[in-house]
Amino acid sequence: MAVALTFDSVQVGDALPPFQTPPISRLNLALYCGASGDHNPIHVDTDFAHAAGMPDVIAHGMLSMAWLAHVLTQWVPQTALRQYSVRFAAMTQVGERITCSGEVVEKLHIDGQPCARITLSTVNQDGQVKLTGEAVVALS
Amino acid sequence: MIDKKFIGYTMPSFSATVEPGRLRFFAKATGQTDPVYSDVAVAQAQGHPHLPVPPTFLFCLEMEAPDPAAIRNLLGMDYRTLLHGEQGFTYYGMAYAGDTLTFTQRIADIYDKRDGALEFVERKTLVTNQRNERIAELRCVTVIRNSKGA
Repeated sequence: MAVALTFDSVQVGDALPPFQTPPISRLNLALYCGASGDHNPIHVDTDFAHAAGMPDVIAHGMLSMAWLAHVLTQWVPQTALRQYSVRFAAMTQVGERITCSGEVVEKLHIDGQPCARITLSTVNQDGQVKLTGEAVVALS
Repeated sequence: MIDKKFIGYTMPSFSATVEPGRLRFFAKATGQTDPVYSDVAVAQAQGHPHLPVPPTFLFCLEMEAPDPAAIRNLLGMDYRTLLHGEQGFTYYGMAYAGDTLTFTQRIADIYDKRDGALEFVERKTLVTNQRNERIAELRCVTVIRNSKGA
């Protein structure tokens, strides 16, 4: 269980505990297809992907965004989360192992509320960046 | 090119109910092992009324619009050329299983780069709960790749 962090206990440069996925399987993508309601066949149907000129299905961008959110919610309770945004930089493929990580880049006050700004990324096993992002979390 | 007259256009609101079984399925599908997202007793012991809606699940509920293609059709966007470029969430409050959430989508901006080779549609979606409390605003940027000369 994540516990609320105080402004003084957090320092710029602190790394958040990372979240690491196993190699992405087709089952992962099928489960996310059902759970998310995103039934776009490009994520689960290899025949469709081939017909579209792709070598294989690709992972849902929002699955990576959900994994990356674990870095935040295993660090602070979700009630502390104020903003969370990402840019989708590259496609995530079956078989890749994705590391989700975050780092404190700023301590600030927003409307009097002590906060930390976090930069976020997901990268594959070769260090290729897939998502970049940012979050703001409230501190006590 | 997408007609910029649609900037500021607001779609009819729609509502979606948060089902606990769906949240457990989402936790499983996203490798979430924290029981606060799947075990009601654990959630309640941590002060939540029910299972919390995790940070990105609001995007999934937004896809339960009566016609998920409504904005695409309104703007004449070809889905085969679309990419999800950016996604953001600003959180005002927590949502929980059992809540009925209302989504109001607005076309916040339409712009292009590289002489129209790339077009961007920015959608902002306000989410409120059954007590009319603000829960979040979602920001989605869709990229349209136009082939040369199109």
